[in-house]
Formats: sequence, structure tokens, C-alpha cells
Amino acid sequence: METLEQIKARIESVLPSAKIEILANECALGERSLLVDAAGGFAAAKFLRDDAQLKLDYCSNVTGIDWPEKEFIEKIKVKQTVDGAEKEIEEVKKTLRPGFLEVVYHLYSMELKQGPVVLRLRTENRADQTHLPSLTPLWRGAEFQEREVYDLYGVIFDGHPDLRRILMWDEFVGFPMRRDYIAPDDFEYEPTPHDEVLVEAKKHYPVEVKTEAKPEAKA
Amino acid sequence: MNSVSAMPPKSFEVKPKLDESGTPIGELLEISMGPHHPSTHGVFRMDVVLDGETVVKLKPVFGYLHRNHEKIGENISYLASMPYTDRLDYFCSMTNNWAYALAVEKLAGLAVPERAEYIRVIMAELTRLQNHTCLIGFFVQDMGALGTPMMYAFREREKILDLFESVSGARMMCNYLRFGGVRVDVNDEWIAQTKKVVSDYSRFLDEFGTFLTENEIVLARTQFIGVMPKALAVNASITGPMLRAAGVNYDLRKVDQYGIYRRFNFQVPVGEHGDIYDRYMVRVLEMRESIKILEQALRDIPAGPVMDPKSKLRGFRPKPGEVYGRVEGPKGELGFYLISDGSPNPYRYRVRPPSFINLTLLEDMCLGHRISDAVVILGSVDIVLGEVDR
Repeated sequence: METLEQIKARIESVLPSAKIEILANECALGERSLLVDAAGGFAAAKFLRDDAQLKLDYCSNVTGIDWPEKEFIEKIKVKQTVDGAEKEIEEVKKTLRPGFLEVVYHLYSMELKQGPVVLRLRTENRADQTHLPSLTPLWRGAEFQEREVYDLYGVIFDGHPDLRRILMWDEFVGFPMRRDYIAPDDFEYEPTPHDEVLVEAKKHYPVEVKTEAKPEAKA
Repeated sequence: MNSVSAMPPKSFEVKPKLDESGTPIGELLEISMGPHHPSTHGVFRMDVVLDGETVVKLKPVFGYLHRNHEKIGENISYLASMPYTDRLDYFCSMTNNWAYALAVEKLAGLAVPERAEYIRVIMAELTRLQNHTCLIGFFVQDMGALGTPMMYAFREREKILDLFESVSGARMMCNYLRFGGVRVDVNDEWIAQTKKVVSDYSRFLDEFGTFLTENEIVLARTQFIGVMPKALAVNASITGPMLRAAGVNYDLRKVDQYGIYRRFNFQVPVGEHGDIYDRYMVRVLEMRESIKILEQALRDIPAGPVMDPKSKLRGFRPKPGEVYGRVEGPKGELGFYLISDGSPNPYRYRVRPPSFINLTLLEDMCLGHRISDAVVILGSVDIVLGEVDR
């Protein structure tokens, strides 16, 4: 199969507007991946599917990944002149990487028996700009998996034919696979909580539940 | 291939048929099949809309067994996920173990000793035998043959589970593989016993086949029912016997040649019509091929260690990076996608469940057939809810 650089160059020649980047993989046996911007994602994926040399007709795996905001701390040695003498002083440089959600597609070719090409799409942020183009119109196999990514990560796939929650129930609030998701501790609702459950339940029901006085037995 | 429409059928707004004057004939009946229906193989539900007895809409509903396996996997160490993988597809714990071990070995760069590779192949093929046998038992039960065929299948399965139990200590939740090998070695007695089970198995398949393969009821209920076109099957990421029954020759044992599969002489059975009968037949033939692989593996298995000396059980921290490892499970392509950030837990732990994705085309296959056929079509998909819902 062609190298990722060749694939990248060919996509760029067909789609000059798409921004494509090759992401390295530190694992020696792992595959590097193609990162495409959300706007050009659909067209690039269509190219990968329809191109005669690649024919990536099989979308094996669709995954979401949550990358929360992260601070990178770097220590740099800076030369400064203090009291006439030149000294090396360590300076701490902090860079903040904004958080985003990522969707990864593992594409193979069943016809030519080659692959994988790892395609990645990233959202703007984790809060309100979580839209990505759906690739279900290209690969039907992404239908349930994109629903799962929506369900567990909250990525909204534009163009998906049936974007509903799939594993969690419809009324569920929140996206449980996100790194900062905190599970409520009263999943198992008890009508009459007691012991430790009562202590936990009080956090969720701030108004104290008064036990009603039993009606007196009629004479 | 590209002429296929990848979009699902537009069955969201179904209306009853109209007569010539434009008034609807009858009413549509919406029923909820499951989650406690005996033929849904677990807690699986289908929202079915019927026109008479014909299915006009079918939406699968998942999640009754959801426990967020992936989240659990991200919060525990690499090795601690191994027993959890048994619970995905609880019929095939050995292949689940293998898929996970394969991904981690790729991530950490571990080698597997020769003897362990042979043991893995033997375990995986025994798993395939018992999975397909049980599936055929269940599937005939879905057609109305209550009890007997399933008990025949379970009798044979138990012989294989006894082998698993004697080597790993558990019938179904084997937890047998480790990164860089297998947990304990097998002895000569075990190999002799396995040889006996394998050599007896073809006789059982002959017997089972006599009852089923040309059975009139089986033929009537399965031929040209639930047809899956080849191009659509590829597009919908269908894998395993389902895909091969549709006529696509794609078996990871041949394509990826993971482990030592290149050493064995076996064939990949491929169907022609993509109907239920082909799916049944592909599985029967696959069992014959598994027996061939087992005979070769049991004959050639060398002596030696079963664990890579470099692998360590405690303090296992693979270097940062990401991998996708996949094996040909009995139900299809079982893949594990792992991202390591250098810590003892995986940063991302993803399971690509074959039977979940194989359900994508359930509605397409059922539309236009009777509700009783929908039961058989679901049976031919071969789902296990532990894996579908995770």
C-alpha cells in the first residue's frame, strides 16, 4: 500500500481546501494516522473510499476519544545576566492545550486486502462546538458506532440518519465516557434509603424527607 | 461497489397500504419483541411494526446489559482487563483473550513463544467449534425444534468445555492468555484427550448434518430468507461467517495471518446467496476446517516455554502510543484499540464488537419477511448480548 505521505499528497491535490496532517505514533508497531479538519473530513473520506488504488471499502472501527484541556509544563534554561555575571536560570513555560473530542476511523480494503488507514477528525472544543460530519452515508458500518460515540462522548454527527442514544437510555443526561464525567451514586434509586445509602441520598435530595406520622387507627 | 446506498432503509414513517380509493387497509401493529423474549438470545429488544404478519419496520434496541466495559477498562490496569474480556462474548472467552493479548503485545512489543502460539491456535479453534455448534443448536431451536438439537449441541460443547476447565480452571470464563504467552502449560495427557475429542468431532458433525442439512423444514425456513447482498455487507462492516456467507472471501486468519496461522493448511468457506441457509452452511464447513487446523496443530506442537521472559505481570507500563489489534473471532472481527500514555492503565480502551456491528443490517434483512422469519434471521446473526451491550 502507498505510504501515508503519498496518500496525503494525493488527497491534497484533489481537495486543495482540506487541511491534512500526519500524526506520529510512538508505538513502533502501531499505525500513524491522518488528521483531517472537520470541514474537509467527508470529502477526504469519500476519496479514500472511492480511489482506485486504495479502495478502502470497509470501515472497521469507529471510536471516540476525549482529550480534556491539558497543561504542558516545560522547563527551559534561559541565560540571564544577574549582577554582572551571566547565569543559567530555569524558567517554567506553561502551554495550555485546549480540550477537544476526537473520532477515529480504522479503514481497510476488503477488495484489495490492505489497510489500515487511520482517519481522525477533531471537534473544535468539548462544550458547544462538538459537530463533525457523519461518515455513515459513506460506510453503513459506521451507523451504530457513530451513535455509540454520540451516546458516550457527545459528538454530534451531522448527516447521520438516526442519531439517538444507543446504549444508555433516552432520558440519560451526560456523556459517561468523558474523562471528567462523575457518575451519580444513586443509580439504584431506593424509595426508602437507609444507612450509607441514606447519607448519599441526602446529597441528592437537599430537602429533608419528613416521615409522615402514621394516621391513627380508627376507633 | 459504490453503487450501494449506505443509508439505512427509510422505515421511520411507515403507513398502512392504501386501496384504490385511498383509504388505508387495516392498521399497522407495533409490537415490542423482548427484552425477555426467549428467541432474542438475551436481553435484546426489537421494535417491530407489522402489516399483517409482514415486517415493515424493525428497530433494534440495545443497552439492557450495558455496564460500560470500556470505562472500566480505562480505570484498571492492563492485566486486570483480561478477566473482563471473558465476559464480552461469554461463549468465546479464549478468542476474546487472544484479541486483547494481541493488541497489548503489539503495544508493548512482546514476543510469544512457539509453544504458546500453538496452544492459542488450539484454544481458538476449539472455541470456534463449540461456538458454531451451540449457535446451530440455538438457531434450530428458533425454528421451532425445541430442545433436542440444542441438547445434542450442548453435549458436544461440554466435551470442549471440559478441556478448557482442565487447563484453565473455568469452563467459560477461562482468563487463560497472558501478554506474551499463556498462563499455564498443557500436559501430554491433555493433548491426548484433545486429540480424541477432535477426532470424534467429525462424526458428530456428520450426525448433526444428517438431521439438519437436508431437513425439509430447515430448507423451507432458511433458503432465500434474510438475503444480504454482497456489496451492502461490505459497506455495513459485516464480518465473520455472515460476511463470507454473502460471498466475500475475507478471513483475518488468511488476511492478517496473525499468530502462526500461515503454517496451517485450511480453506475459507464462502457462500453464494447470502441467505440464512448459506450462513448455516458456512458455519458447518468452517467447523470442518477448524478440525483440520486442530489436527495439524496438535500434531506439530513443539516443547518449550509458554511465556515470554520479558513480559511482566506486575508494574506493566507500555510506552506511549496506540494500536489496533484484531483477530477472527467465531462471530467476526474482534478488535481492541488501545492508547497508552505510559501509565499503568490504558488511556483509551475500545472493543470493536463483531456481533454489535453485524446487527446493522438486521432491519434490511427482515423487511418484507414474516415476523417468524425475523426470529430465525436474528438467530443466524449469532449475537451474544454481553458483547453487543458491553
